[in-house]
Amino acid sequence: MKEVSIVNLNKDFESRVRLGIMSILMVNEWVTFNEIKQMLDLSDGNLASHTMALENKRYIEVRKAFVGKKPETSYRVTKDGKKAFEKHIEALASLIEQKE
Amino acid sequence: MNKYENDLTHIRQMMEKSSTFISLSGLSGVGAGLCALVGCAATFWVLSRHGIDYFDGMPNYYSYAVLRQLSVVATLTFISAVVVSYFFTAKKAKAAGLSMWHTSAKNTMTALAIPLVVGGIFCIIITYHHLFYLVAPCMLIFYGLALVNASKYTHRDLFWLGIFELLLGLLAAFFVGYGLIFWGIGFGILHIIYGIIMYKKYQ
Repeated sequence: MKEVSIVNLNKDFESRVRLGIMSILMVNEWVTFNEIKQMLDLSDGNLASHTMALENKRYIEVRKAFVGKKPETSYRVTKDGKKAFEKHIEALASLIEQKE
Repeated sequence: MNKYENDLTHIRQMMEKSSTFISLSGLSGVGAGLCALVGCAATFWVLSRHGIDYFDGMPNYYSYAVLRQLSVVATLTFISAVVVSYFFTAKKAKAAGLSMWHTSAKNTMTALAIPLVVGGIFCIIITYHHLFYLVAPCMLIFYGLALVNASKYTHRDLFWLGIFELLLGLLAAFFVGYGLIFWGIGFGILHIIYGIIMYKKYQ
């Protein structure tokens, strides 16, 4: 039995919120802060702390623009983020397979 | 251990929830395809009423009256197809209960609109120069390019619909004189097939 998989799990994606953010950004380009907030049903502060963490790891990049007078923040997954998240999904899948 | 499975399920759900509902409903495809077929039939009817046999191989120099009636048919076909597609897609978005409709939908619409508007204007210019036989191939080609372009923002399946429209467009440009048939296959039959596949796959 292989015991490698658990090492491949990425600690940065351990929280549900981060899984959600990454999942949304994997299939959509440039999603606004408010849209992610709505989709995941989160408070501003909660989402901000997680996006900040992912941003610091360079898994996602941020774009700030003005829509009329309102500032609008959008996010997009980076190449590194995409790779890391794909690896994480693979690790999850192989862990499930091992159990079966 | 269940946690891993839950995580994967959560990932899949979020991916689907955040992307699929912004795509066109399969029923939109079927509806638009039927409109196109009715449009084709109406075109044949208008031509035959004026004693024109579409397949007689004669250069088609249509009179002003014929052109005016064909434009009415084209406009009605276009409007009904848009209304029908909008209706089913709006219904689908509403059922998903989400208002994220904007960012992704906006991207998809922009990607579609640029080639489509250019193509539309180009087809009007072609008509202006009386090169009617190139209208159908041009519509198919510009539409195919628009779909390939927009497929970045929605299901990958749209990419293949685009490729098929492009191939049909090129064939139609080669076999001049059968434009209406190719147009009917591209906008009618392909849309219906695509719509059924989408409906079965995602709804």
